[in-house]
Amino acid sequence: MTPPRGRRAGGRGTRRRRPALVLAAVALLAVSGTACSRASAEGRSHLTVEVTIHHSAFQPSSFSFRRGTSVTFVIRNTDPIEHEFIVGDQAVQYYMEHTAHPRHDGSVPGQISVPPGATRTTTYTFTDVTHRTSDMQFACHLPGHFRYGMHGPITVTA
Amino acid sequence: MRTRRRVRRRALVTGVTLALVLAIGAGPAFACGGLVSPNGTIQLVRTTTMAAYHDGLEHYVTGFDFEGGGAEFGSIVPLPANPIRIVRGGDWTLQRLELEVNPPEPVGVSAPLATGAVSGEAAVIQEKDIDSLHLTVVKGGAFGVGKWATDHGFLLPPDAPAVLDFYAKRSPYFMAVQFDAKRAQARGESIGDAVPIHLVMRTRQPWVPLRILGLGARSNAPIRADVFLLTDRAPNMLPVPAGVIGSGPAAPGLRQERSEAASSFLLQQLGSDRGMGWVPRSGMWLTFLSLDARAGQLTYDLALNVDGGAPSRVDAGIGPSFGRRAGPPALVWAVAAAVALFMAMTAVAVRQGRVGTRSPA
Repeated sequence: MTPPRGRRAGGRGTRRRRPALVLAAVALLAVSGTACSRASAEGRSHLTVEVTIHHSAFQPSSFSFRRGTSVTFVIRNTDPIEHEFIVGDQAVQYYMEHTAHPRHDGSVPGQISVPPGATRTTTYTFTDVTHRTSDMQFACHLPGHFRYGMHGPITVTA
Repeated sequence: MRTRRRVRRRALVTGVTLALVLAIGAGPAFACGGLVSPNGTIQLVRTTTMAAYHDGLEHYVTGFDFEGGGAEFGSIVPLPANPIRIVRGGDWTLQRLELEVNPPEPVGVSAPLATGAVSGEAAVIQEKDIDSLHLTVVKGGAFGVGKWATDHGFLLPPDAPAVLDFYAKRSPYFMAVQFDAKRAQARGESIGDAVPIHLVMRTRQPWVPLRILGLGARSNAPIRADVFLLTDRAPNMLPVPAGVIGSGPAAPGLRQERSEAASSFLLQQLGSDRGMGWVPRSGMWLTFLSLDARAGQLTYDLALNVDGGAPSRVDAGIGPSFGRRAGPPALVWAVAAAVALFMAMTAVAVRQGRVGTRSPA
Protein backbone atom coordinates (compact mmCIF):
# COMPACT_ATOMS: atom_id res chain seq x y z
CA MET A 1 0.00 0.00 0.00
CA THR A 2 2.95 2.28 0.58
CA PRO A 3 3.70 4.20 -2.61
CA PRO A 4 7.15 3.79 -4.18
CA ARG A 5 9.81 6.18 -2.93
CA GLY A 6 10.31 7.98 -6.19
CA ARG A 7 6.66 8.61 -6.58
CA ARG A 8 6.33 9.82 -3.01
CA ALA A 9 9.13 12.31 -3.62
CA GLY A 10 7.40 13.51 -6.77
CA GLY A 11 4.14 13.83 -4.87
CA ARG A 12 5.79 15.98 -2.26
CA GLY A 13 7.17 18.21 -4.95
CA THR A 14 3.72 18.74 -6.40
CA ARG A 15 2.36 19.48 -2.97
CA ARG A 16 5.13 22.00 -2.41
CA ARG A 17 4.43 23.76 -5.67
CA ARG A 18 0.72 24.03 -4.88
CA PRO A 19 1.19 25.90 -1.62
CA ALA A 20 3.65 28.15 -3.40
CA LEU A 21 1.08 28.99 -6.02
CA VAL A 22 -1.62 29.46 -3.39
CA LEU A 23 0.67 31.74 -1.40
CA ALA A 24 1.52 33.72 -4.48
CA ALA A 25 -2.18 34.10 -5.22
CA VAL A 26 -2.80 35.18 -1.61
CA ALA A 27 0.02 37.68 -1.91
CA LEU A 28 -1.46 39.12 -5.07
CA LEU A 29 -4.88 39.35 -3.44
CA ALA A 30 -3.40 41.05 -0.40
CA VAL A 31 -1.51 43.50 -2.58
CA SER A 32 -4.71 44.25 -4.45
CA GLY A 33 -6.36 44.72 -1.04
CA THR A 34 -3.96 47.55 -0.21
CA ALA A 35 -4.55 49.03 -3.62
CA CYS A 36 -8.27 49.15 -2.90
CA SER A 37 -7.82 52.44 -1.09
CA ARG A 38 -6.68 53.97 -4.36
CA ALA A 39 -8.98 53.69 -7.32
CA SER A 40 -7.35 53.93 -10.68
CA ALA A 41 -8.70 53.89 -14.19
CA GLU A 42 -6.81 54.71 -17.29
CA GLY A 43 -7.59 54.32 -20.93
CA ARG A 44 -11.38 54.27 -20.59
CA SER A 45 -13.77 56.99 -21.66
CA HIS A 46 -16.46 56.22 -19.09
CA LEU A 47 -16.20 54.66 -15.70
CA THR A 48 -18.40 54.02 -12.68
CA VAL A 49 -16.76 54.25 -9.29
CA GLU A 50 -18.33 53.34 -5.95
CA VAL A 51 -17.51 55.53 -3.00
CA THR A 52 -18.47 54.73 0.59
CA ILE A 53 -18.67 57.27 3.36
CA HIS A 54 -18.30 55.68 6.79
CA HIS A 55 -17.45 57.47 10.04
CA SER A 56 -17.00 60.67 8.02
CA ALA A 57 -14.25 59.20 5.85
CA PHE A 58 -14.21 58.49 2.12
CA GLN A 59 -13.32 55.07 0.83
CA PRO A 60 -11.41 55.00 -1.54
CA SER A 61 -9.39 57.84 -0.16
CA SER A 62 -7.86 58.85 -3.53
CA PHE A 63 -8.45 58.46 -7.25
CA SER A 64 -6.46 58.47 -10.43
CA PHE A 65 -8.07 59.02 -13.85
CA ARG A 66 -6.84 59.65 -17.35
CA ARG A 67 -7.79 63.03 -18.76
CA GLY A 68 -10.95 62.79 -20.79
CA THR A 69 -12.52 60.09 -18.63
CA SER A 70 -16.14 60.60 -17.67
CA VAL A 71 -16.66 59.19 -14.19
CA THR A 72 -19.97 58.39 -12.51
CA PHE A 73 -19.43 58.41 -8.77
CA VAL A 74 -21.92 56.29 -6.83
CA ILE A 75 -21.70 57.60 -3.29
CA ARG A 76 -23.13 55.57 -0.39
CA ASN A 77 -23.42 57.35 2.92
CA THR A 78 -23.56 54.88 5.82
CA ASP A 79 -23.47 57.65 8.44
CA PRO A 80 -26.45 59.09 10.32
CA ILE A 81 -25.40 62.60 9.27
CA GLU A 82 -25.48 64.33 5.90
CA HIS A 83 -22.37 64.59 3.74
CA GLU A 84 -21.35 66.12 0.41
CA PHE A 85 -19.21 64.92 -2.44
CA ILE A 86 -17.67 67.84 -4.29
CA VAL A 87 -15.21 67.32 -7.14
CA GLY A 88 -13.16 70.28 -8.25
CA ASP A 89 -9.86 72.06 -8.28
CA GLN A 90 -8.54 74.03 -5.33
CA ALA A 91 -10.45 77.16 -6.31
CA VAL A 92 -13.74 75.25 -6.23
CA GLN A 93 -12.87 73.64 -2.91
CA TYR A 94 -11.84 76.98 -1.40
CA TYR A 95 -15.09 78.60 -2.53
CA MET A 96 -17.20 75.77 -1.13
CA GLU A 97 -15.34 75.78 2.17
CA HIS A 98 -15.60 79.51 2.71
CA THR A 99 -19.10 80.31 1.51
CA ALA A 100 -22.53 79.27 2.68
CA HIS A 101 -24.14 77.19 0.00
CA PRO A 102 -27.42 75.30 -0.30
CA ARG A 103 -27.78 71.56 -0.67
CA HIS A 104 -26.35 70.19 -3.89
CA ASP A 105 -29.14 68.63 -5.92
CA GLY A 106 -26.84 67.15 -8.53
CA SER A 107 -27.56 69.72 -11.22
CA VAL A 108 -23.89 70.72 -11.19
CA PRO A 109 -21.64 67.86 -12.37
CA GLY A 110 -19.46 66.53 -9.58
CA GLN A 111 -21.41 68.20 -6.78
CA ILE A 112 -23.94 66.24 -4.75
CA SER A 113 -25.34 66.17 -1.23
CA VAL A 114 -25.84 62.72 0.28
CA PRO A 115 -28.43 62.40 3.07
CA PRO A 116 -27.94 59.95 5.97
CA GLY A 117 -28.10 56.35 4.83
CA ALA A 118 -28.68 57.34 1.21
CA THR A 119 -26.90 56.66 -2.07
CA ARG A 120 -26.52 59.37 -4.71
CA THR A 121 -24.69 59.60 -8.03
CA THR A 122 -22.94 62.38 -9.85
CA THR A 123 -20.95 62.35 -13.06
CA TYR A 124 -17.88 64.41 -13.75
CA THR A 125 -15.73 64.50 -16.87
CA PHE A 126 -12.06 65.23 -16.41
CA THR A 127 -11.66 67.14 -19.66
CA ASP A 128 -10.51 70.59 -18.64
CA VAL A 129 -6.95 71.03 -19.85
CA THR A 130 -6.33 73.54 -17.10
CA HIS A 131 -6.63 70.75 -14.52
CA ARG A 132 -3.24 70.40 -13.03
CA THR A 133 -2.71 66.90 -11.71
CA SER A 134 -2.08 68.07 -8.15
CA ASP A 135 -5.01 70.44 -8.15
CA MET A 136 -8.04 68.18 -8.22
CA GLN A 137 -9.74 67.04 -5.07
CA PHE A 138 -12.96 65.58 -3.78
CA ALA A 139 -14.28 66.82 -0.45
CA CYS A 140 -17.16 67.46 1.91
CA HIS A 141 -17.65 71.07 2.99
CA LEU A 142 -20.32 70.78 5.67
CA PRO A 143 -19.15 72.63 8.79
CA GLY A 144 -16.05 71.00 10.22
CA HIS A 145 -16.04 68.07 7.79
CA PHE A 146 -13.11 69.19 5.59
CA ARG A 147 -11.01 69.94 8.66
CA TYR A 148 -11.94 66.53 10.05
CA GLY A 149 -10.25 64.99 7.01
CA MET A 150 -13.06 64.56 4.52
CA HIS A 151 -11.05 65.24 1.40
CA GLY A 152 -8.76 63.38 -0.95
CA PRO A 153 -6.68 63.92 -4.08
CA ILE A 154 -7.62 63.09 -7.64
CA THR A 155 -4.69 62.56 -9.94
CA VAL A 156 -5.46 63.35 -13.58
CA THR A 157 -2.95 61.87 -15.95
CA ALA A 158 -2.41 62.92 -19.55
CA MET B 1 -33.77 67.50 74.09
CA ARG B 2 -31.70 65.19 71.87
CA THR B 3 -34.14 65.56 69.01
CA ARG B 4 -33.97 69.35 69.24
CA ARG B 5 -30.15 69.17 69.20
CA ARG B 6 -30.22 66.88 66.18
CA VAL B 7 -32.55 69.20 64.32
CA ARG B 8 -30.40 72.18 65.25
CA ARG B 9 -27.22 70.35 64.14
CA ARG B 10 -28.83 69.36 60.85
CA ALA B 11 -29.97 72.91 60.20
CA LEU B 12 -26.47 74.11 61.01
CA VAL B 13 -24.90 71.59 58.64
CA THR B 14 -27.27 72.57 55.85
CA GLY B 15 -26.72 76.24 56.53
CA VAL B 16 -22.94 75.86 56.50
CA THR B 17 -23.12 73.87 53.28
CA LEU B 18 -25.25 76.47 51.55
CA ALA B 19 -23.01 79.25 52.81
CA LEU B 20 -19.91 77.48 51.51
CA VAL B 21 -21.57 76.76 48.20
CA LEU B 22 -22.55 80.38 47.83
CA ALA B 23 -19.10 81.46 48.94
CA ILE B 24 -17.40 79.74 46.02
CA GLY B 25 -19.21 82.07 43.72
CA ALA B 26 -20.35 81.12 40.28
CA GLY B 27 -18.36 77.94 40.58
CA PRO B 28 -17.27 75.64 37.80
CA ALA B 29 -19.34 74.79 34.77
CA PHE B 30 -21.07 71.49 34.98
CA ALA B 31 -21.83 69.33 32.02
CA CYS B 32 -21.28 65.95 30.63
CA GLY B 33 -21.93 64.52 27.23
CA GLY B 34 -21.00 65.88 23.90
CA LEU B 35 -22.37 69.22 22.95
CA VAL B 36 -23.89 69.78 19.59
CA SER B 37 -24.95 73.13 18.26
CA PRO B 38 -25.75 74.67 14.90
CA ASN B 39 -22.85 77.10 14.90
CA GLY B 40 -20.32 75.45 17.15
CA THR B 41 -19.91 78.46 19.39
CA ILE B 42 -20.46 76.63 22.63
CA GLN B 43 -17.56 76.92 25.03
CA LEU B 44 -17.24 74.43 27.83
CA VAL B 45 -15.10 75.70 30.68
CA ARG B 46 -14.79 72.61 32.81
CA THR B 47 -17.19 69.81 33.50
CA THR B 48 -18.05 68.07 36.75
CA THR B 49 -19.64 64.69 37.18
CA MET B 50 -20.36 62.40 40.10
CA ALA B 51 -20.74 58.69 39.53
CA ALA B 52 -21.82 56.96 42.71
CA TYR B 53 -22.54 53.29 43.12
CA HIS B 54 -24.45 51.68 45.96
CA ASP B 55 -26.72 48.64 46.18
CA GLY B 56 -26.27 47.86 42.48
CA LEU B 57 -27.46 51.28 41.40
CA GLU B 58 -25.37 53.87 39.63
CA HIS B 59 -26.27 57.43 40.53
CA TYR B 60 -25.00 59.71 37.84
CA VAL B 61 -25.18 63.38 38.66
CA THR B 62 -24.08 66.00 36.20
CA GLY B 63 -25.06 69.46 35.17
CA PHE B 64 -25.77 71.07 31.84
CA ASP B 65 -24.30 74.50 31.49
CA PHE B 66 -24.43 76.08 28.08
CA GLU B 67 -22.05 78.99 27.74
CA GLY B 68 -23.10 80.33 24.37
CA GLY B 69 -24.60 79.45 21.06
CA GLY B 70 -28.00 79.99 19.53
CA ALA B 71 -31.46 79.80 20.96
CA GLU B 72 -31.54 76.03 21.02
CA PHE B 73 -28.80 73.54 21.40
CA GLY B 74 -28.29 70.28 23.12
CA SER B 75 -26.15 67.46 24.26
CA ILE B 76 -25.98 63.71 23.84
CA VAL B 77 -25.08 61.46 26.75
CA PRO B 78 -24.40 57.75 26.33
CA LEU B 79 -25.93 55.67 29.13
CA PRO B 80 -25.02 52.19 30.36
CA ALA B 81 -28.67 51.29 30.96
CA ASN B 82 -32.20 52.57 30.75
CA PRO B 83 -32.57 54.98 33.69
CA ILE B 84 -34.94 53.89 36.44
CA ARG B 85 -35.30 57.48 37.52
CA ILE B 86 -34.47 60.88 36.03
CA VAL B 87 -34.84 63.78 38.39
CA ARG B 88 -33.48 67.23 38.90
CA GLY B 89 -30.19 66.91 40.71
CA GLY B 90 -29.64 68.29 44.15
CA ASP B 91 -28.77 71.91 44.63
CA TRP B 92 -25.32 71.47 46.07
CA THR B 93 -24.05 67.92 45.48
CA LEU B 94 -21.57 68.79 42.73
CA GLN B 95 -20.57 72.06 44.36
CA ARG B 96 -20.05 70.35 47.71
CA LEU B 97 -17.80 67.74 46.10
CA GLU B 98 -15.79 70.51 44.41
CA LEU B 99 -15.51 72.16 47.77
CA GLU B 100 -14.23 68.94 49.31
CA VAL B 101 -11.24 68.86 46.96
CA ASN B 102 -10.77 72.60 46.43
CA PRO B 103 -11.49 74.30 49.73
CA PRO B 104 -11.69 78.07 49.28
CA GLU B 105 -9.20 80.42 50.86
CA PRO B 106 -10.71 82.24 53.83
CA VAL B 107 -12.57 85.20 52.39
CA GLY B 108 -14.06 88.36 53.80
CA VAL B 109 -17.42 89.93 53.15
CA SER B 110 -16.30 90.98 49.67
CA ALA B 111 -16.50 87.40 48.42
CA PRO B 112 -18.47 87.13 45.20
CA LEU B 113 -21.97 85.77 45.60
CA ALA B 114 -23.69 83.37 43.32
CA THR B 115 -26.51 84.75 41.28
CA GLY B 116 -29.57 82.59 41.62
CA ALA B 117 -29.29 79.06 40.40
CA VAL B 118 -25.84 77.66 40.30
CA SER B 119 -24.38 77.93 37.51
CA GLY B 120 -31.39 50.92 12.04
CA GLU B 121 -34.41 53.17 14.10
CA ALA B 122 -34.27 54.60 17.46
CA ALA B 123 -37.17 54.28 19.85
CA VAL B 124 -38.01 56.94 22.38
CA ILE B 125 -38.07 55.25 25.78
CA GLN B 126 -38.71 58.19 28.10
CA GLU B 127 -39.14 61.93 27.92
CA LYS B 128 -38.93 64.42 30.74
CA ASP B 129 -38.76 68.19 31.16
CA ILE B 130 -36.57 69.51 33.92
CA ASP B 131 -36.32 73.28 34.19
CA SER B 132 -35.21 74.51 30.75
CA LEU B 133 -34.09 71.08 29.61
CA HIS B 134 -36.02 68.55 27.58
CA LEU B 135 -34.59 65.08 28.15
CA THR B 136 -35.26 62.18 25.81
CA VAL B 137 -33.93 58.68 26.37
CA VAL B 138 -33.63 56.93 23.04
CA LYS B 139 -32.77 53.31 22.38
CA GLY B 140 -31.14 52.13 19.17
CA GLY B 141 -27.99 51.56 17.20
CA ALA B 142 -25.48 54.24 16.26
CA PHE B 143 -27.18 55.01 12.95
CA GLY B 144 -30.69 55.04 14.42
CA VAL B 145 -29.79 57.30 17.31
CA GLY B 146 -27.75 59.62 15.10
CA LYS B 147 -30.56 59.81 12.57
CA TRP B 148 -33.08 60.48 15.34
CA ALA B 149 -30.87 63.29 16.63
CA THR B 150 -30.44 64.91 13.20
CA ASP B 151 -34.18 64.58 12.55
CA HIS B 152 -34.83 66.39 15.84
CA GLY B 153 -32.65 69.39 15.16
CA PHE B 154 -29.27 68.27 16.46
CA LEU B 155 -26.43 69.18 14.14
CA LEU B 156 -23.99 66.40 14.84
CA PRO B 157 -20.28 67.09 14.24
CA PRO B 158 -18.33 64.88 11.79
CA ASP B 159 -16.87 62.69 14.52
CA ALA B 160 -20.37 61.83 15.82
CA PRO B 161 -20.86 58.68 13.68
CA ALA B 162 -17.67 57.10 15.06
CA VAL B 163 -18.38 58.21 18.64
CA LEU B 164 -21.98 56.95 18.54
CA ASP B 165 -20.73 53.66 17.13
CA PHE B 166 -18.17 53.46 19.95
CA TYR B 167 -20.95 53.69 22.55
CA ALA B 168 -23.64 51.72 20.73
CA LYS B 169 -21.40 48.65 20.78
CA ARG B 170 -21.92 48.52 24.54
CA SER B 171 -25.32 49.98 25.26
CA PRO B 172 -28.25 51.02 23.10
CA TYR B 173 -29.32 53.80 25.49
CA PHE B 174 -28.58 57.47 24.90
CA MET B 175 -30.00 60.58 26.45
CA ALA B 176 -30.57 63.60 24.25
CA VAL B 177 -30.71 66.87 26.12
CA GLN B 178 -32.24 69.92 24.49
CA PHE B 179 -31.94 73.33 26.03
CA ASP B 180 -34.83 75.68 25.44
CA ALA B 181 -33.63 79.26 25.78
CA LYS B 182 -37.16 80.66 25.71
CA ARG B 183 -38.24 78.45 28.59
CA ALA B 184 -35.08 79.35 30.47
CA GLN B 185 -35.85 83.03 29.99
CA ALA B 186 -39.41 82.55 31.19
CA ARG B 187 -38.10 80.76 34.26
CA GLY B 188 -35.67 83.55 34.98
CA GLU B 189 -32.65 81.42 34.13
CA SER B 190 -29.83 82.83 32.09
CA ILE B 191 -27.42 81.20 29.69
CA GLY B 192 -24.53 79.96 31.76
CA ASP B 193 -26.63 78.67 34.63
CA ALA B 194 -26.32 74.97 35.24
CA VAL B 195 -29.20 72.56 35.59
CA PRO B 196 -28.15 69.45 37.51
CA ILE B 197 -29.59 66.13 36.42
CA HIS B 198 -29.61 62.96 38.50
CA LEU B 199 -29.96 59.63 36.72
CA VAL B 200 -30.37 56.33 38.51
CA MET B 201 -29.47 53.19 36.57
CA ARG B 202 -29.12 49.56 37.50
CA THR B 203 -25.70 48.37 36.33
CA ARG B 204 -23.30 45.53 37.08
CA GLN B 205 -20.50 47.98 37.83
CA PRO B 206 -20.25 51.74 37.68
CA TRP B 207 -19.02 53.38 34.51
CA VAL B 208 -18.17 56.93 33.51
CA PRO B 209 -18.34 58.06 29.86
CA LEU B 210 -15.33 60.21 29.04
CA ARG B 211 -14.77 59.97 25.29
CA ILE B 212 -18.05 61.75 24.66
CA LEU B 213 -16.57 64.88 26.26
CA GLY B 214 -14.38 65.35 23.18
CA LEU B 215 -17.28 65.15 20.71
CA GLY B 216 -16.96 67.87 18.11
CA ALA B 217 -13.69 69.19 19.49
CA ARG B 218 -10.50 69.51 17.47
CA SER B 219 -8.04 66.76 18.32
CA ASN B 220 -5.72 69.23 20.06
CA ALA B 221 -8.50 71.02 21.98
CA PRO B 222 -8.14 70.81 25.76
CA ILE B 223 -10.81 68.81 27.58
CA ARG B 224 -11.01 69.35 31.30
CA ALA B 225 -13.30 67.67 33.79
CA ASP B 226 -13.59 66.82 37.45
CA VAL B 227 -14.90 63.33 38.12
CA PHE B 228 -16.01 62.27 41.59
CA LEU B 229 -16.61 58.64 42.45
CA LEU B 230 -18.49 57.61 45.55
CA THR B 231 -18.43 53.87 46.06
CA ASP B 232 -18.71 51.27 48.83
CA ARG B 233 -14.99 50.51 48.54
CA ALA B 234 -11.97 51.83 46.66
CA PRO B 235 -12.60 51.06 42.97
CA ASN B 236 -10.22 49.44 40.52
CA MET B 237 -10.10 51.55 37.38
CA LEU B 238 -9.41 50.91 33.71
CA PRO B 239 -7.62 52.52 31.96
CA VAL B 240 -5.39 53.33 34.88
CA PRO B 241 -5.20 57.01 35.84
CA ALA B 242 -1.86 58.56 36.74
CA GLY B 243 -1.17 58.26 40.45
CA VAL B 244 -2.75 54.81 40.67
CA ILE B 245 -0.91 51.51 40.88
CA GLY B 246 -2.81 49.12 38.69
CA SER B 247 -2.45 46.84 35.74
CA GLY B 248 -3.65 47.80 32.30
CA PRO B 249 -3.17 50.61 29.85
CA ALA B 250 -2.72 54.13 31.16
CA ALA B 251 -5.46 56.75 30.88
CA PRO B 252 -3.89 59.73 29.09
CA GLY B 253 -4.70 62.99 30.84
CA LEU B 254 -6.55 61.41 33.76
CA ARG B 255 -5.02 61.75 37.22
CA GLN B 256 -6.20 60.50 40.57
CA GLU B 257 -6.01 63.42 42.97
CA ARG B 258 -7.73 61.87 45.99
CA SER B 259 -8.59 58.39 47.16
CA GLU B 260 -9.83 58.22 50.72
CA ALA B 261 -12.66 57.19 52.99
CA ALA B 262 -15.40 59.78 52.64
CA SER B 263 -15.82 61.67 55.87
CA SER B 264 -19.13 61.32 57.64
CA PHE B 265 -19.38 65.13 57.50
CA LEU B 266 -19.25 65.03 53.68
CA LEU B 267 -21.69 62.12 53.50
CA GLN B 268 -24.09 63.88 55.85
CA GLN B 269 -24.04 67.00 53.70
CA LEU B 270 -24.45 65.09 50.46
CA GLY B 271 -27.23 63.02 51.97
CA SER B 272 -29.16 66.13 52.96
CA ASP B 273 -29.37 67.33 49.34
CA ARG B 274 -32.42 66.75 47.18
CA GLY B 275 -32.66 63.17 45.93
CA MET B 276 -29.53 62.14 47.81
CA GLY B 277 -31.17 60.44 50.77
CA TRP B 278 -29.76 57.11 49.58
CA VAL B 279 -26.21 58.17 50.57
CA PRO B 280 -25.11 56.09 53.57
CA ARG B 281 -23.85 58.14 56.50
CA SER B 282 -20.62 56.14 56.68
CA GLY B 283 -18.55 53.54 54.91
CA MET B 284 -18.24 55.19 51.49
CA TRP B 285 -15.05 55.74 49.51
CA LEU B 286 -14.36 59.01 47.73
CA THR B 287 -12.17 59.13 44.63
CA PHE B 288 -11.46 62.40 42.87
CA LEU B 289 -10.05 62.36 39.36
CA SER B 290 -9.07 65.33 37.28
CA LEU B 291 -9.10 65.11 33.53
CA ASP B 292 -6.86 67.42 31.53
CA ALA B 293 -6.42 65.89 28.11
CA ARG B 294 -6.44 66.76 24.43
CA ALA B 295 -9.61 65.64 22.69
CA GLY B 296 -7.56 63.33 20.49
CA GLN B 297 -6.31 61.48 23.57
CA LEU B 298 -9.81 60.78 24.82
CA THR B 299 -10.36 57.45 23.14
CA TYR B 300 -11.57 55.72 26.28
CA ASP B 301 -14.17 55.65 29.04
CA LEU B 302 -13.56 54.88 32.68
CA ALA B 303 -14.54 51.37 33.71
CA LEU B 304 -14.73 50.58 37.42
CA ASN B 305 -14.88 47.48 39.54
CA VAL B 306 -15.92 47.97 43.14
CA ASP B 307 -15.77 44.29 44.09
CA GLY B 308 -11.99 44.01 43.98
CA GLY B 309 -11.92 42.46 40.51
CA ALA B 310 -10.63 43.73 37.20
CA PRO B 311 -12.74 46.36 35.43
CA SER B 312 -14.18 45.42 32.07
CA ARG B 313 -12.10 46.32 29.01
CA VAL B 314 -15.37 46.51 27.08
CA ASP B 315 -16.75 49.10 29.51
CA ALA B 316 -13.52 51.05 29.09
CA GLY B 317 -13.94 50.95 25.33
CA ILE B 318 -10.45 49.54 24.84
CA GLY B 319 -11.35 46.04 23.70
CA PRO B 320 -10.27 44.79 20.28
CA SER B 321 -13.56 45.80 18.67
CA PHE B 322 -13.20 49.43 19.63
CA GLY B 323 -10.48 50.39 17.14
CA ARG B 324 -11.08 53.44 15.02
CA ARG B 325 -11.14 51.25 11.92
CA ALA B 326 -13.46 48.32 11.54
CA GLY B 327 -10.95 46.14 9.70
CA PRO B 328 -7.19 45.78 9.81
CA PRO B 329 -5.33 48.84 8.56
CA ALA B 330 -3.68 48.92 5.14
CA LEU B 331 -0.26 48.39 6.72
CA VAL B 332 -1.37 44.99 8.06
CA TRP B 333 -2.46 43.96 4.56
CA ALA B 334 0.85 45.14 3.15
CA VAL B 335 2.87 43.18 5.73
CA ALA B 336 0.71 40.08 5.16
CA ALA B 337 1.26 40.42 1.42
CA ALA B 338 5.01 40.79 1.83
CA VAL B 339 5.23 37.77 4.13
CA ALA B 340 3.10 35.65 1.80
CA LEU B 341 5.16 36.73 -1.20
CA PHE B 342 8.41 35.94 0.59
CA MET B 343 7.14 32.48 1.57
CA ALA B 344 5.98 31.79 -1.96
CA MET B 345 9.32 32.85 -3.45
CA THR B 346 11.24 30.80 -0.87
CA ALA B 347 9.13 27.73 -1.60
CA VAL B 348 9.72 28.09 -5.32
CA ALA B 349 13.43 28.69 -4.81
CA VAL B 350 13.74 25.62 -2.59
CA ARG B 351 11.90 23.55 -5.13
CA GLN B 352 14.04 24.78 -7.99
CA GLY B 353 17.17 24.19 -5.95
CA ARG B 354 16.16 20.59 -5.28
CA VAL B 355 15.32 19.97 -8.88
CA GLY B 356 18.68 21.47 -9.88
CA THR B 357 20.53 19.23 -7.41
CA ARG B 358 18.69 16.15 -8.60
CA SER B 359 19.19 16.74 -12.33
CA PRO B 360 22.77 15.47 -12.58
CA ALA B 361 21.77 12.26 -10.82
